[in-house]
This record gives sequence, C-alpha cells and structure tokens, in this order.
Amino acid sequence: MSYEITLLTTMAISVLFALSLNFITGFCGQISLGHAAFLGAGAYTSAMLSKAGVPFLMTIPAAALCAAVLGAITGLASLRVRHDFLAITTMGVGFLFVGIIRQQDFFGGEIGIAGIPGSGFGKVRFMLICVALAFTFAAFSLYVRRSWMGFVFKSIADNEDVTRVLGIDVSRYKLIAFIIGTGTAGVAGALYAHHFRFIGPDSFGFVESISVLAMVIVGGIGSVWGVIFAAALLSVLPMLVQFIDDYKLLFYSALLFSMMRFSPDGIAGLCTRLSSSISRRTTESDGNKR
Amino acid sequence: MLYLELFIQGFVQGSIYALIALGLTLVYGLLRILHVAHAALFTLGGYIGVIVTNATGSFTLAMVVAMLVVGFAGMLMYKLAYEPLLSKPPYVSLIASIALFIAAEEIFRIAFGPYGLSYQTPPLQGQIELFSDFYLKYAEILVMGLSVVLLSALAWLSMRTRTGVAWRATVTDPDMARAFGVKIQNVRYLNFFIGSSFAAAAGVLVALLNNLVEPTMGSVPSYKALAIIVLGGLGSIRGTLIAALLLGILESFGTIYIGHLLGRDAIAFAFLILVLMVRPQGLMGGKL
Repeated sequence: MSYEITLLTTMAISVLFALSLNFITGFCGQISLGHAAFLGAGAYTSAMLSKAGVPFLMTIPAAALCAAVLGAITGLASLRVRHDFLAITTMGVGFLFVGIIRQQDFFGGEIGIAGIPGSGFGKVRFMLICVALAFTFAAFSLYVRRSWMGFVFKSIADNEDVTRVLGIDVSRYKLIAFIIGTGTAGVAGALYAHHFRFIGPDSFGFVESISVLAMVIVGGIGSVWGVIFAAALLSVLPMLVQFIDDYKLLFYSALLFSMMRFSPDGIAGLCTRLSSSISRRTTESDGNKR
Repeated sequence: MLYLELFIQGFVQGSIYALIALGLTLVYGLLRILHVAHAALFTLGGYIGVIVTNATGSFTLAMVVAMLVVGFAGMLMYKLAYEPLLSKPPYVSLIASIALFIAAEEIFRIAFGPYGLSYQTPPLQGQIELFSDFYLKYAEILVMGLSVVLLSALAWLSMRTRTGVAWRATVTDPDMARAFGVKIQNVRYLNFFIGSSFAAAAGVLVALLNNLVEPTMGSVPSYKALAIIVLGGLGSIRGTLIAALLLGILESFGTIYIGHLLGRDAIAFAFLILVLMVRPQGLMGGKL
C-alpha cells in the first residue's frame, strides 16, 4: 500500500507542476524551456525554511511567493523578447538558476540539501494534500480558461499584435500568466522537497524542464485534461516498467519526437480528431440509411 | 601577462564555439529552425575522430572522414526529421530537435559506453613557448588555424561562386530564388552538409584538446551555441562569429574574476540575458 501512496504522491506533484507550465505555455502561448528553475526555487525555499524549524504548511506560501517573485522578474525580462528569442531566454534562466545554486555553499552547493524534515502529516495525509492541491489548481485552470482572462490568454497565444490592437494590455496579462504559473510551480517545489526529502541542483536542470514540457506537449498544449493525463502517465511510467527506467530518456525523447512528427497537438488533439472522424462516419452512415 | 594568456585561451575556445554555432546560424537563416540536435552531430564528429585515429593512426584522415560522414548525417537528419515539420508552427521543430538531441546522447551512451573514449597516442601534444612561461599546444594552434581556414573557405564559397549566390538568394527570398531556377532542396542539403561538417571538425578538435569524447560532450555546447546565435542576432553570420569569439574571451576572464559567483557555463546565459534586455534583436540582428 505504501508503494501505491508514493506513486500517487509523485503523480499529483507532477500533475501540479505540468499544469503550472500549461498555464504559461498552453494558455498564454509563451514557451518556457526553464520551468524547472521555479520548481527549484520553491523547493529550496521550502527545504531551507523547514530545516530552520518552520512548519511544512507555512513553507508552502513562502515557496509560492519566492518562485512567483522570480517568475515576475523572468516575466518582465521576457516581455522584451518573443518566440525563438523567448524560448532561449527562458532556457537561459534555467541554466542561470542551476549555475548560481551550484556555486553557493549557502544553498548546499553541488551536494544539495539532504535531511529535509518530513511534512509531519504521515504519508497518506501528505498524499491527500498533494492530490487536493493538484485538483484545486486543475479546477482553477478550467475556470480561468472560460473566464475573460482565459479569452485574453487565448487571443495572445493566437496573435499577440491583434490583441494589442484591440486595446488589451498584453504585457499585463503575460505577467499575470507568468506569476500564477511560476507561483504554482513553487508550490509543487515545496511538495517535491518534502516528498523526496533531498534536493540538489541536478534535480532542477534542463532535463527536468524538458520532461515537464514533454508532459504538456504530449497531453496537448492548453488542454487541462490532456495535460493531467499525460503528466500522471509519464511521471509513473518509469517506476512501473523497469525496462523503461533504464532507457528512460531514450523513451521520453522518442515519444516526444513521434508526438511532434505525427500529432503536434498531443493526446488531446488526437482524441478530438478521432472523435470528430467517428462522428462524421456515423453521420455519414446515418445519411446513407436515409 | 595573465591578461594575454586569458585572451588567447578565450580565443581558442571562441574558435570552437564559432565552428559549432556557424552551422546553427546557417540552419536558422534558411529554415527558421533552432537546431538543437546540431550538437549531437558535433559529438558524432568527436567519436569518429577518435575511432578513426586509433584505428589508422592518421589524424588528418580522421578529420576528413569525420567531416564527410557527419556532413551526410546532417543531410539525413534534415531529410528525415526536419523536412516533414517545416509547415508546422516553430515550437514543433524546436521540441522535435531537443528530443532528437536527447535520443542521440542516449544512443551514444548505449553504443560507446558511458565513460567515453580517448586517443591511444594523442597527436599534436607538443608545445611551443610563446613568451616567457607561456606555452601553447600545437593542438590549440591547430584549432585557431583550422577555424580561420574553414571560415575563409565558407566566405569564399558564398561570395565568389554561383552556388554561393544561389545560397544567399535562397536565404533572402526562397520563392524568388525558386522562380529564378535555384533548386531549393539542393541548397538546403548543402547547408546542412556544411554546417554539420564544421560541427564535426569542432568535435574532433575538442576531443583532441580534452583527449576525451563522452556521450554528454555535446550538451553544454548545444545550449551555449544557441545562446551565441541569439546573441549574434539569429541568422546573422557575422554576428555569430563576433558573439562566439566574444563569449570565449568573456568566459575565460569571467571564470577567473566572477567564477565564485557563477559557474563557467552560466556566464554565457547571464551575458545573453543582459544583452537581450538592452538589444532584444541581438548584437547584429536587424529589426524584428
């Protein structure tokens, strides 16, 4: 039973993390190749506060705040660049984060931070907290997508210039997306630190940023349900199948590449196309009967 | 004297960056693809260089074989991976390229083992004394010399030959070039061949400098080369070369003076972000 609980906890944290990237990349169309930096910011904040004796639940808002401040700075910087330039800038932020953490003894340097105190809730209740947070953010995502802000995000993702012509303050909405997305990544980081009880600079590097982007893209950029499904699946697949664990990166990259090659809009796009082709076929056969 | 030493070390490193980043710029200029998997070709070049040198004992032969094989590998990569994605939005080819790169690293690891290969008797290890107490390896001189030769050859090709004219025309306006009878497909193949073979040369040279090739030797250059072409203003060859040399020199000074704050590999990105805040179009880029 304990194994299943660990599995579910990992799943929930991954879902939360992937949804936080989906908010920025999926909703608002701002591609980010350095999202793991914000997971890291949250994790380090929470871990260090915890070690200083602050109770676990109190470290969550602190982690969110720290990641969001970092996200706001990144967001402000990102306002000046677009598309390919933005992708590389966010990648740079990721490398910069790891580069700074690695050199500072204050953050544990290369070794990282070990012996992070437990959450103090027991495994089952900790899992429930993770799942509850993931669900809350999923519900919030679904709500935002149907709100006025969601329409603005979609419009920015589709065509930024037209949105600006319509008199909408594009920069403000981009910043909001960045702050919410990175803040949530910070929350996921706090959970991550208390789940694994150990963090190091390598846990938040480029590979991690790409894995979470893979979850969003395999799920289908912008689709909440697709991303939840893909994050849940991809996070535990390596644990379930030992063969995949040995060749984890090869498997991930092959999956990512074939997804880009054959269905760039992910599982969600695949489902939409399947269901529309099925319904077209049924209406056609209905028509034939008549 | 320390300054001059740092400057020359930076210049050697910058030449390597220039050779790698040039291929990326060529691909970006022609196809608007951020070709991350380029660094996999760089690693492949390193492996071929070491294997052929160890098998035949001839470093020159190894260099030629690596450049030819990797050049064709680059063409193949374009044909199989990028051509089907050209009509998709830009992030698609970027992600596909990253996936391709990670897959290639894993394949190198599985095929050649995780610990890397070395030259049995590394060539060109002799040194000359440039001035008092400052030695330069023959290998380092070769790096600078070969970079100059290759880049000059490219400049000659693109400015003085019909192929070069067709090439530049295609970069400026593909449709118009096609209307004038340029075979776009051939230009793209040539582009990938040249870019990839330059990366292979860089791979062989880095393998020589470190006397080691390992599966992950491409990961740092791949992202750094991206930073370089963005710095240079995406697609500008002149900008790329300047940015590459500048970064090489900056890194060699930075490691000494701010190394305790920021690792060597993070300096490139700190510099990149700073420059982009002031000039979002890069050092040499035109208007966005």
